Amino acid sequence: MKYLDGFRDPDAARFLRRRIEAAAGRLARAGRSVRLMEVCGTHTMAIARHGIRDFLPDNVFLCSGPGCPVCVTDAGYIDAALELARRGVTIATFGDLVRVPGSTGTLAEARAEGARVVVCYSPAEALALAREPGAPEVVFLAVGFETTVAPLAALLRSAVAAGATRFSMLAALKTVPRALAVLAEDPEVGVNGFLCPAHVSAVIGAAAYEPLAERYGIPCTIAGFEPLDILLGLLDLIEQLADGRACVVNQYARVVRREGNRKAQAAIAEMFEPADAAWRGLGVIPGSGLAIREPFAAFDAERRHGVAVRPGRPAPGCRCGDVLKGKILPDACPMFGGACTPEHPVGPCMVSGEGSCAAHHKYAR
Amino acid sequence: MVEGKILLAHGGGGRLSRELVERHVGPRFAAGPLEGFPDAARVSVGGASLVFTTDSFVVSPRRFPGGDIGCLAVHGTVNDIAVSGGRPRWLSLALICEEGLPLAELDDVLDSVAAAAARCGVAIATGDTKVVARGQCDGLYVNTAGVGEALPGFEMGAAKLRPGDVVLASGDLGDHGMAVMAARAGMNVEGRLASDTGPVHRLVLALDELAPAVRFMRDPTRGGAASVLNEMLGDRDDIGIVLRERDLPFSEGARAVAEVVGADLLHVASEGRVLLVCAPDAAAVILDRWRALPEGAGARAIGEVTRDRGRVVLETAIGGRRLVDVPQGELLPRIC
Repeated sequence: MKYLDGFRDPDAARFLRRRIEAAAGRLARAGRSVRLMEVCGTHTMAIARHGIRDFLPDNVFLCSGPGCPVCVTDAGYIDAALELARRGVTIATFGDLVRVPGSTGTLAEARAEGARVVVCYSPAEALALAREPGAPEVVFLAVGFETTVAPLAALLRSAVAAGATRFSMLAALKTVPRALAVLAEDPEVGVNGFLCPAHVSAVIGAAAYEPLAERYGIPCTIAGFEPLDILLGLLDLIEQLADGRACVVNQYARVVRREGNRKAQAAIAEMFEPADAAWRGLGVIPGSGLAIREPFAAFDAERRHGVAVRPGRPAPGCRCGDVLKGKILPDACPMFGGACTPEHPVGPCMVSGEGSCAAHHKYAR
Repeated sequence: MVEGKILLAHGGGGRLSRELVERHVGPRFAAGPLEGFPDAARVSVGGASLVFTTDSFVVSPRRFPGGDIGCLAVHGTVNDIAVSGGRPRWLSLALICEEGLPLAELDDVLDSVAAAAARCGVAIATGDTKVVARGQCDGLYVNTAGVGEALPGFEMGAAKLRPGDVVLASGDLGDHGMAVMAARAGMNVEGRLASDTGPVHRLVLALDELAPAVRFMRDPTRGGAASVLNEMLGDRDDIGIVLRERDLPFSEGARAVAEVVGADLLHVASEGRVLLVCAPDAAAVILDRWRALPEGAGARAIGEVTRDRGRVVLETAIGGRRLVDVPQGELLPRIC
């Protein structure tokens, strides 16, 4: 634990808080309030767990972005998975997705009606399942950002190499920087600074945010997941704003390099190509997704099984879209804590352990 | 789709557990000693006031670092009696065995029961054995019921809580749950984590003439300290609890396992600890008496009752505040 306790040290936290207050004070004297967005679901959870939002100065507003892969998955994707499940295909998936509502229900409900839905802790389990003797046709629900895409690329490569014949992926893979550009352009969101994800940045590298900072004049700071990491990241963003700077700063240099993880990037590029992607709340963002490359079409569930992912219909009244854009905090949704709870979620942000609504419900009501 | 069925989460000690008891058990039996669903009932017979309780044990694995299903079954019932303000005296022992259970293992469990009962000063007064066919239960389930004498002076309940009252913990919280989980997952904890399963009756007896200063007492088992404190507040919306993260007693081993599995130790079971709320002037004396006992060596004040409306709040080590809710769903099935 000594390696973690160092990143949770109360004295260091007090020091950083004082500096945050000083920097925010400079902004306040200029009559400025700022809106910072934490992009990653793990940040959302850590911020809530350590009560960080509670002590930020009044003129610093911290909102959550579209960084939970389950949450941004469009209802239409779940509908396609349900369609496959009803055709008798075995669906292998991470656990959170099982409870996410599509337009016509959840995979958990389909399972109760007899569909085969298997929860995996590692995608490799899905491939192993498909390669057992007498195995069923298996579709893995490939949902995630760059951090997840890299191991999925490796898995796809081994499926190809092994000549697996009953395995495919239904891909809803997303890349972070383009979504941030869409948010940066949206005046309703009005974001002044991005607290950039830790693990995604380890793959894509700090340089991936440079066009964003340059084009939109929005500071981007990469931070780790421990409380001091997050405070250091927020401090840097507030100081940049007070100084009138807009740079990419890597506060997580113990893990993230400027160029990222070249090997992971190469694996991703070998198996996947850029594609348009539908984000819950943000709509279709050109080039913000990754599709399986043509030579591996046999492993692409959409092409293999002839299903199409069409735009879905979110539950009426669900405001996950506005939550994911950082326009509202979860408790501004009329359903929060009433019609929508972790036990009976209506929207994906309440389902996922990394969802903003789940974090807010658990730690901040 | 899952409406109308028992879910694992109904056994988790959180919101669904409470709903299960309140909706299905309560309407049928809640008048009389069961009212308010105490850990143990207070009943009177011929002028004598007794404390009466029962508990079933399905822990997996049956042997874990620090204990086994046998001693756990004794401690669990002894502790329910103790924290209800009773001196444990007699236990029943009922065994449900699966066909094929090695007799040598059964003997080990019974030895463990005997040793724990001797240590707690209770007699096994009655019992039962059943055997079911292979596959119809998992090895061995144990039920114990217990009877104790009610100790004088205890008048506990949510209605007694006042702002300024102090929350005490008798030792590290969450060791049992994390030790069982580590054992189940085959995690190597380098011998630095063991279950805290053990009796707490001596901690209760040590309160002695301070009993009237005790507002509330509970052993934080399933659902952990978070569940106990939220349950304690119950319908009181004029007061709350604030806990200080830097004062919370967690062992190094439990913290490490919790970090790996993503558990909040306030949600994790202990099986040999007491959470107690008392008047502020009694806190120091109680801590002194507890620390004089080996099972109370790690006792600490961890928080206090506030005027916050019906909330349990944590002051985090880095100076933030956040809600401490009851656990959702089921973190660890078959923990006890």
